[in-house]
Amino acid sequence: MKILKIFIVLFLFTSFLELRSDEINDVLKNKILKNIRCLICQGQSVYDSESEFASSIKLIVNRKINDGLKEKQIYQFLREKYGDWVIFDPQLNKNTYVLWLLPLLLFLAGGLIIQKKIQKKNEK
Amino acid sequence: MKNKFSLFIIIIFLIFCFVVFYKGLNNPNSYTPKVNEKKNIPNFKAKDFNSDNYFNSDKIFEEEIFYIVNIWASWCVPCRAEHPLLMQLSNNQSIKIIGLNYKDNFNNAKKFIDDFGNPYSRILIDKDGTLGVEFGAYGVPETFLIDKNKYIIKKFVGPINQEIVNEIKLIIK
Repeated sequence: MKILKIFIVLFLFTSFLELRSDEINDVLKNKILKNIRCLICQGQSVYDSESEFASSIKLIVNRKINDGLKEKQIYQFLREKYGDWVIFDPQLNKNTYVLWLLPLLLFLAGGLIIQKKIQKKNEK
Repeated sequence: MKNKFSLFIIIIFLIFCFVVFYKGLNNPNSYTPKVNEKKNIPNFKAKDFNSDNYFNSDKIFEEEIFYIVNIWASWCVPCRAEHPLLMQLSNNQSIKIIGLNYKDNFNNAKKFIDDFGNPYSRILIDKDGTLGVEFGAYGVPETFLIDKNKYIIKKFVGPINQEIVNEIKLIIK
């Protein structure tokens, strides 16, 4: 009887762990799919799209997660196949320097102009 | 002097904005993938169309010749348009055409081949489209040219035409 109880507890515990890991994988899968651009119905993410391309990508992402690949590795795989454009969140590289640095430069330039104006006002 | 400098900076900034937006206007709205990028053949295992056997990619591309990988389906109308050109290419001894049957019904695909001819030296089944993703395809038809060193050297999105066939013939010469 005691052995049976231990067996049931162990069974429930492993089932819980399995469920928990499925849940974590689903969260990760949805996060990745929301960050991948559907190349057929542009402007939509793969997560939102029902196109043939999106359904294949969903299967691939699922398979890669089950194979134990990390989020970054999956993005890298898709980048190699379709280029940077397939990911909504662009990486910092030579093609995206302007994209990342221009807002910062404009912000700094704006700050400088405001500071100069304030200085001028104080001098008066 | 200071005003002139400010005016100069503003003009430069406006010219920069104009150039960026003007270039943006000329860009197509739809995504155009890089078609001339040299890539390795993906490693995969696929089911043969004519048997129940599975083949590894290194077995499929084992000969030192040029290969064409053509993604097709019986339900794809542009595939019918390009099929005679594939038949024409299949007569060339220095190239082998591998067909990738994309998300298709077996009987329909078989009828397609029986009706229009078989240009493929081997047909692989891509039931769920994941094999196409391994090649970097996102639709059908798509055609990939693989050189003797097993690199994908060209990618043709959409149906091939006579101009593309001539280009392929020139490369494999």
